[in-house]
Order: sequence, then structure tokens, then C-alpha cells
Amino acid sequence: MKIGVITFPGSLDDVDACRAVTLAGGEPVALWHGDADLRGVDAVILPGGFSYGDYLRCGAIARFAPVMDEVVAAAGGGMPVLGICNGFQILCESHLLPGALIRNDHRTFICRDQVLQIDNASTAWTSAYEVGQHITVPLKNGEGGFVADAGTIAMLEGEGRVVARYVGANPNGSLNAIAGIANERGNVVGLMPHPEHAVEDLCGPGTDGLAFFTSALAALAASA
Amino acid sequence: MARVIVDVMPKPEILDPQGKAVHGALPRLGLTGVTDVRQGKRFELEIAAIDDDTIAEVHRIAETLLSNPVIEDYTVRVDG
Repeated sequence: MKIGVITFPGSLDDVDACRAVTLAGGEPVALWHGDADLRGVDAVILPGGFSYGDYLRCGAIARFAPVMDEVVAAAGGGMPVLGICNGFQILCESHLLPGALIRNDHRTFICRDQVLQIDNASTAWTSAYEVGQHITVPLKNGEGGFVADAGTIAMLEGEGRVVARYVGANPNGSLNAIAGIANERGNVVGLMPHPEHAVEDLCGPGTDGLAFFTSALAALAASA
Repeated sequence: MARVIVDVMPKPEILDPQGKAVHGALPRLGLTGVTDVRQGKRFELEIAAIDDDTIAEVHRIAETLLSNPVIEDYTVRVDG
């Protein structure tokens, strides 16, 4: 199964995401922001980083990259799409996911290993986890505070679309300690923490992040 | 040529950490009378000829690119 990873100007974690796909047993395919072409991939990852230098708003300019029209269309057709950190911000700016990410309430960049609770294990990217499971993956962001109006938060909670939640002290002021959400169909997931940095024992806090990628491969195999 | 100003501000109910940081620095300047600061963005768009269509276009630019309606409000005005 081919999982594409898009590189925008300023992406940082595209190579790590490709490596995570490989370690999960998939075939990573490098995609370029300027090409309106998904090169026949079965799923797409929007990696972390600072696309377009975070100018204007995080993800605001990346949203209009030629490749994003293809991503929006493919997501509408049910293709699994995962946005990590800056990728999450791009998905919100693209209206593939509701809400927005704003500057951390404590105003400082945060970089630490973070415990998360998986609250939805039925999305394309979390099916290999169990509801309530605690995992530890790195969290590193300056603008990771998830916000939305009260009606949207109630909808996300009511429909079980909160995918992961921060455990312990809220690291960035996200409403309801939300670390990740899914679209209605569950094929599009946005996540502020970085599972692609927790896929090998040699680096990072362990391998708790790997199941995001094996989940997608399993979802693709099941639908093939 | 004319200039159109688009001001973008965080919505009142949205936390503005940058404004808070600026507000927090004011006492260090000896200024204590300011009760709150909110930080926004100002865009200056140079436009060849202004008419209803171009103003409508500026509104479209403001709500799709210059601001994110989830967290920000904008205003449009012609300069001068």
C-alpha cells in the first residue's frame, strides 16, 4: 500500500513520516506541494513543520498549494488523510476538519513526551488502538491550542470525533484537552502530537506511535 | 491607484496570547493605565480602480485568505 507524504516549503517531519510508513510495512511516496498529483497513493500524510514559514497563519498558505485541491477531493472520496501538527493546522484551514489551532496559552513553544488517551479507535488511523488506551508520543508546537465555538465542540464530543486527548496537565490550552479530531466519516484525522517520532526504540519515547500507520495500512487492506 | 485596508482581529471570545504578552510588558515601561491589549493584523491592498466589484473581491480575499472566520473578524475600508 502506498502512503504519500507531502513536502511543503518549510515541512520538517516529512522524512520521519516516510520512515514511519516504511516501518509500519507500507510504501512511502514523496509528494510535492506544487504538483497537483497524488501519484496513485492510497492515503496521504500532511507532516509537521512550518509550511511557508507559518506566515499569515499556520497552514493558511499551504491550503492553497496545488496538491491540496487533490487532497481535498480525495478526502471527500474517502481516502485516509492524516495531518500531524502543521498538517493538522492545514486540514483545519482547508475546512477538512472543523476548528482552528491558536498560539499556546502559555505563549512558549513546548517540546516533550506527552501521554495521550485514545478516545476513538474506529478511524482509519486509530483502529489498531483500543478506546481508553494511553500512549506516549512527542509533542512539539508553538500553536497547538485547539479552539472551536461551543456548538462545534459539543458536536465533536457528541459524535465521538475526539480521537485523542491530552492526559495530565493541558500542554497548550486546547479546549477539552483535545489533541486530535476526525471528520464525520473517520478517514480524515488531525493530530497535534507526533506519532511518527515514536516508531523506533532507538529514538524517541518508544513505539506507541506506530499503530497510527499500521491502522491506515489495515484500513486500506480491508477496503482493497 | 487606491489603497484598501483590511484589519483582522482575533474574535473577542478567542484567547489572544500575543496581546496578553504585550499587555504584560507595559508595567515594565511604567504604564499601568492600559487594562487590555489585543493584537491583530493590518493588510494594505493596492488596487488599480475601486468599484463595487473590486470591493466585493477584497471581502472574498479577506474571508478566505487574510482571516480565518473560525477565530478572527475582519473589516474592509478604503484608505483616504
